[in-house]
Amino acid sequence: MSEASLKHIRTPLARVRGRGAAHSGTGHFWRQRLTAVANIPLTIAVVVILVMLLGRNQAAAAQILGAPLVAIIMLLFIASITAHMRIGMQVVIEDYVHDETAKLILIMANTFFAIAVALVSAYGIFKLSFGV
Amino acid sequence: MAGPKAPAARPLSPHLQIYRPMLTMMMSIAHRITGVGLYFGTVLLAWWLLAAASGPNGYAKFEWFAGSIIGRLILFGYTWALIHHMLGGIRHLIWDTGRGMGPSEREWLAAANLIGSIGITGLLWIFGLLAMGGPR
Repeated sequence: MSEASLKHIRTPLARVRGRGAAHSGTGHFWRQRLTAVANIPLTIAVVVILVMLLGRNQAAAAQILGAPLVAIIMLLFIASITAHMRIGMQVVIEDYVHDETAKLILIMANTFFAIAVALVSAYGIFKLSFGV
Repeated sequence: MAGPKAPAARPLSPHLQIYRPMLTMMMSIAHRITGVGLYFGTVLLAWWLLAAASGPNGYAKFEWFAGSIIGRLILFGYTWALIHHMLGGIRHLIWDTGRGMGPSEREWLAAANLIGSIGITGLLWIFGLLAMGGPR
């Protein structure tokens, strides 16, 4: 055990927990890939939906967007892209903003923005689906 | 509060301006810029969905914006950014498997990404404008 662990720089505990310098392991990395993979078919589906809606009036657009399959695809798309963009923007902030206070404020604002976009979009779809 | 002392002026490692621009480097920068653009552009997605849910008047306002020259330019740029970032993401997922990192492979992938994003964006807009009854 001791001889084997000497070959690694990491302590045995860190290796057991699987976490690196960020103290959060590879969760961030993994979620970015997970949402990226989900984004591919969802984006293609949403582009098809958008092309279907081109040139239609509000009544027709509302009817199509409120249809169960379209609404569910839109909700999945919004959930996946807002999660993906939040992680991506956090990386950008961490790369360029070195002042600790500004960095924390921007990372908070980033989360607020992503949640706001997700909720406003989801509200619109639910309203179209259920006619609140 | 006593902050840390100003760091000594140490030599810095070469940064972007030192290197000759390369396709793979430009595509890496483009991936990040398109990602940031798509991030802020989601405001338009939220506006559009809210407008559709709010009724004909709200939707007409969005349509006025989307049909204006500025709106069209933004939506065209957004289409390209979306397709480019998606193809770039697929490139990254290929790299995640350990494939496509050789000198010729990565050049080929970068070129395919750029040509693909411009081509698909052009096709989508030609198709979209035809579906709307020609350019207005």
